Amino acid sequence: MPSENQEKKVSSMNFLALSNDSTAKTFIMAILVCLVCAIFVSVSAVALKPLQILNKELDKKKNILQVAGLYQEGTDIEAAFSKIEIKLIDLATGEYTTELDAAKYDERKAARDPALNVKIPKAKDLGNIRMRPKVMPVYQVKEGDKVTQLILPVNGYGLWSTLYGFLAVEADGQTIVGLSYYEHAETPGLGGEVDNPNWKKLWSGKKVYGTDGNVAIEVVKGSVVRGSRGEEYKVDGLAGATLTSRGVSNMLQYWMGEEGYQKYLTKIQANGV
Amino acid sequence: MNSESKKIVLDPLIDNNPIGLQILGICSALAVTTNLGTALVMSLALTSVTAFSNLSISMIRNHVPSAIRIIVQMTIIASLVIVVDQVLKAYVYDLSKQLSVFVGLIITNCIVMGRAEAFAMKNPPGVSFLDGIGNGLGYSVVLIFVGVFRELFGSGKLFGIEILSTVNEGGWYVPNGLMLLPPSAFFIIGLMIWGIRAMRPVQVEEPDFKIKDVNGTEVA
Repeated sequence: MPSENQEKKVSSMNFLALSNDSTAKTFIMAILVCLVCAIFVSVSAVALKPLQILNKELDKKKNILQVAGLYQEGTDIEAAFSKIEIKLIDLATGEYTTELDAAKYDERKAARDPALNVKIPKAKDLGNIRMRPKVMPVYQVKEGDKVTQLILPVNGYGLWSTLYGFLAVEADGQTIVGLSYYEHAETPGLGGEVDNPNWKKLWSGKKVYGTDGNVAIEVVKGSVVRGSRGEEYKVDGLAGATLTSRGVSNMLQYWMGEEGYQKYLTKIQANGV
Repeated sequence: MNSESKKIVLDPLIDNNPIGLQILGICSALAVTTNLGTALVMSLALTSVTAFSNLSISMIRNHVPSAIRIIVQMTIIASLVIVVDQVLKAYVYDLSKQLSVFVGLIITNCIVMGRAEAFAMKNPPGVSFLDGIGNGLGYSVVLIFVGVFRELFGSGKLFGIEILSTVNEGGWYVPNGLMLLPPSAFFIIGLMIWGIRAMRPVQVEEPDFKIKDVNGTEVA
C-alpha cells in the first residue's frame, strides 16, 4: 500500500509541476475548479433549503394575517394563523374539493402546471395572466366555529409586473375587509403606493357586487366624491399610477367574476359558509 | 495592521474608489440604493464576494492556465454569489426579496472581476483578501452615501424610520419622486465624483484632446 500512496503523491506533484499552459493541466484545472465550486454551491443550497422554505411559508402567512387585520409587529405568526382554515375550491363549480392537500397546495405553482391550470380565453383575461389554476385556496378566518372572513388570493398585471395579493371579504361574500399585495414591482412612490397603509384603509367596507349581481368594485381616477352614488363600489385611484390602478380594478373584475370566485361566493351567500 | 495593509484597505475608500475613480460597478449602485437597508445588505454581499473571490483566486493563481483564467475566475465568483444569495434568502428573507436579481448580478459586477484579474492574480492570498475588503468598502461607502440621499429625500425615511413626515402620511414634506428612480443615483454619483475630485485634484483626468488654436488664441 505505501508504495501506491507514494505513487499518487508523485503523480499529483507531477500535475502541479506541469506547465500552466499545457493542455493536460488546462483540463485538470478546469475540472478541479468546477468540481470544488459545484460541491460548495450544492452543499450550501441543500443545507439552507429548509430555512428558505420556512421563510417563504411564514411570509405568505404573514401576508394573509395582514390582510385580515390580524397582524401587528411582533405577532406570533404560527399562533395567529391557527385561527385560519385553508379550503380548496373548484372555481368551475364553486364547490369545495378535497382531491388535493390544502396545506401543501401552491396556487402559483399550479398556475404553471398544465395538469392543474386552464388557459384563460383572451377576451376574458382582464388580469392579463393567461393561465389560472382550476383550484384555488380560500383562507377562512374563524372566530370559534363561525367563519368571519374569507381571504381570496388574487393576481393580475399592473404596469411593470404581475401583482400578487389577497382580498379579504366578510362571510357575506360581499363586504371587503382589505386588499393587500405581497409581491409586485410597480414604480416605488407611484404604483408602489398600493402598499401605502392609507390607501389600503380605503378598501375596508366597500362592496364587491352591485345590485345587478355583477362585479361593481373599481378603482376610479382621482378621488371618490363623498356621498356620491355608488360610493361603496369605488376606491380612490393612485395619483400618477393610472395603469396600476386600472390593473387593480381589472384583476378584481376578473377574480370576483364568473371565471373566479363568483360561483363560490354566490353559494355562500345562499347557504352560508 | 502594518502600514501597507492599512493602505490596501483604506486606499479604495476615497483615493482610489472603484466607483468614484474607476467608475466600475455603477449599474447596481443605481438599482439598489432607493433605501438604505438594501444598500447596506448589497454592500455587505459585494464586500464578502470580492474578499473571498480575491482570496481563493489568489490561492490558486500560480496554477491557473492563462488560456482559461477568466472563466476560472468567473466560476469561482459565480459560486460565491450563489452562496451569498442562498444565505440572504435563508436569513434576511425580506431584504433579499427587495434585492431580487441584483444579488445575482454581482457576478457581472466589474469591481469583483476587476480586482480578481488586476490584483489577486499577482499577489499572495493575505493581501488579496484585504484588497477585496478595501474595494468592497469603497463600493459600500458610495452606496450608503447615495442611499442616504435617496431614501431621505425620496421617501422621507432612513432605514424605514420616518425622519421627514411626508404629505401622504399627513405631514409637510413633499417627497421628491425623482429620487426613487434610477437617474437620481446618476446625478448623486456625478456630484459626488465632482466633490471628490475638487478635494483631490490628482484624480482629475487629463482631457483626451484639447481644443486647439482658433485664430492664434487658445480657446479655454
